[in-house]
Amino acid sequence: MIDQTYSKTELMICVAARLFEDGATCFIGTGIPMLAAMLAAKTTAPNLVPVFEFGGTGAILEELPRAVGEARTFHKGISALGICDTMETAQRGFIDYGFLGGAQIDPFGNLNSVTIGDHEHPKARLPGSGGGNDVGSHCWQTIAIMQHDARRFVPKVDFLTTPGFLSGPGAREAAGLPPGTGPIAVVSTLALMDFHPASCRMRLKGLHPGITVEEVIVNTGFELLMPEQVAMNEPPSEEELHLLRTEIDPMRFYI
Amino acid sequence: MEVLESGIKELIQPFDMDEFREWNRIRKSRKLVDKLMTEQEAISKFVYDDCYIGTELYGTVRCPMSLTREVIRQGKKDLRVCGQGVLELDLWLAAGIVKKLDITYIGLEVYGVPSGLRRAVESGQVESCVEWSNASISWRMKAAAMGVPFLPTRSMLGTDMLKYSAAKVVVDPFTGIKVALLPALILDVALIHVHRADRYGNCQVEGISGFALEMSRACKRLIISAEEIIPTEEVRKYPDRTVIPYFLVDAVVHAPFGSYPGEMAYLYGRDEDGIKEWVEMSKTIEGARAYLDKYVFSVKNHDEYLKLIGEERLQQAIGLRERRE
Repeated sequence: MIDQTYSKTELMICVAARLFEDGATCFIGTGIPMLAAMLAAKTTAPNLVPVFEFGGTGAILEELPRAVGEARTFHKGISALGICDTMETAQRGFIDYGFLGGAQIDPFGNLNSVTIGDHEHPKARLPGSGGGNDVGSHCWQTIAIMQHDARRFVPKVDFLTTPGFLSGPGAREAAGLPPGTGPIAVVSTLALMDFHPASCRMRLKGLHPGITVEEVIVNTGFELLMPEQVAMNEPPSEEELHLLRTEIDPMRFYI
Repeated sequence: MEVLESGIKELIQPFDMDEFREWNRIRKSRKLVDKLMTEQEAISKFVYDDCYIGTELYGTVRCPMSLTREVIRQGKKDLRVCGQGVLELDLWLAAGIVKKLDITYIGLEVYGVPSGLRRAVESGQVESCVEWSNASISWRMKAAAMGVPFLPTRSMLGTDMLKYSAAKVVVDPFTGIKVALLPALILDVALIHVHRADRYGNCQVEGISGFALEMSRACKRLIISAEEIIPTEEVRKYPDRTVIPYFLVDAVVHAPFGSYPGEMAYLYGRDEDGIKEWVEMSKTIEGARAYLDKYVFSVKNHDEYLKLIGEERLQQAIGLRERRE
């Protein structure tokens, strides 16, 4: 009998995994998105086509990739090519979804993974865009997966690395980004969010079990739009927890 | 073409395409000459202070780690670096030998933000960080590989990435859409680790090719390290496997386990404890120094390094390799 008490991270991964569309092409970033993709592939999206930026496409995700170029990203895959090929595939409209992480997110879904504080004299230097900016620019729809607190959900990101809706409606197109692209959801440790179709601002969609609207508001550094009705996200199933702990992250890198 | 927006950062490696053509005409031999040499010889011959240098693929995957350590060992400094990496570039940053960065991603993947990077940038030791996305830096090398001064892209647009880069935004004269122009990147020196090469530098890789094709064609000097040195007959038997032809290559170094503690597809897996050792020790300046002392300065060369690691751990890494089944 598996221990049904679960962590916030485990719950976040499960909620994110359920968003993967079976049969779609998905660009998978480093970290939590990899766990969510693996869980999806083992449950609701067995025909998922994972794409990793350094060239791995269509891998069977049997073991957790710890880096976006290691052999697990093309294990029993369709192709093992190079970064230009995968990025060009995204740029010409072949990648349906992009799953991303970041250190900060703002109401328009813009992400920061470059610096905290001023770029020239940063308080903290972060790893950098990596493929994040490319994924946010070229994939049809992007989903961000983040820890939820007021330091991460900020009114304005310190450095706009990965484009969400930029400054609001029409801004992506005005900047030259491909039409019809943009963020569709944010999965956090507290809730699932989407974006208001007219204002492009982040909106609460569903609460994780045991979480209140007030908790989400307190942990969000900007005004989060409220839907007419707040949904409740399903807790992790026994199967999901079992897969996460025994097959996906048995070394406990993340969970 | 009207420039609508320009990144505010400098081009830390200015270039001249005609000069690059001349270089390739005069300075790169078409003769089949034996280029096999040691790490010491290759690095001392082709890497110099203040040069613009890059590594492929990255610190835990098919990475020229033995060459990377040799660069530190020889005290090369003030390097301008093409920054896509994990362990290798964090070692350089912690060793204090990096002056400027075209940075895309320097991180420890599952282990997060690297301490070497943080200290080197936050202290101002690295004078300049110019931002590029992963695709952008690869396409910059692709432009150089194509022999053209720039490539247009729809990456970077509308973000601070464009602002803190050296890219420019223009309106495409054919269709009227906005595009970011990425300047070509011609490296002074590139370090690439491959599965197999012959003595002349014809190279084969297995698994993903990362950005080896682009980087090998976008540099003035190319140092190859290879797990195995193969006879040229083997190259000629499978010409379709050659990803880097010999005339691009200046030095060939035989480096078994050259990517350790990172992995090499189908040959050995990564040594998690070996990677974690850097993650932990690099958290303090003293720890990072102790690591460099142990694994770089107190061993003379890659052979001694492998002896220090020991047969048992290398065999373990082989056991963890990706298998074709």
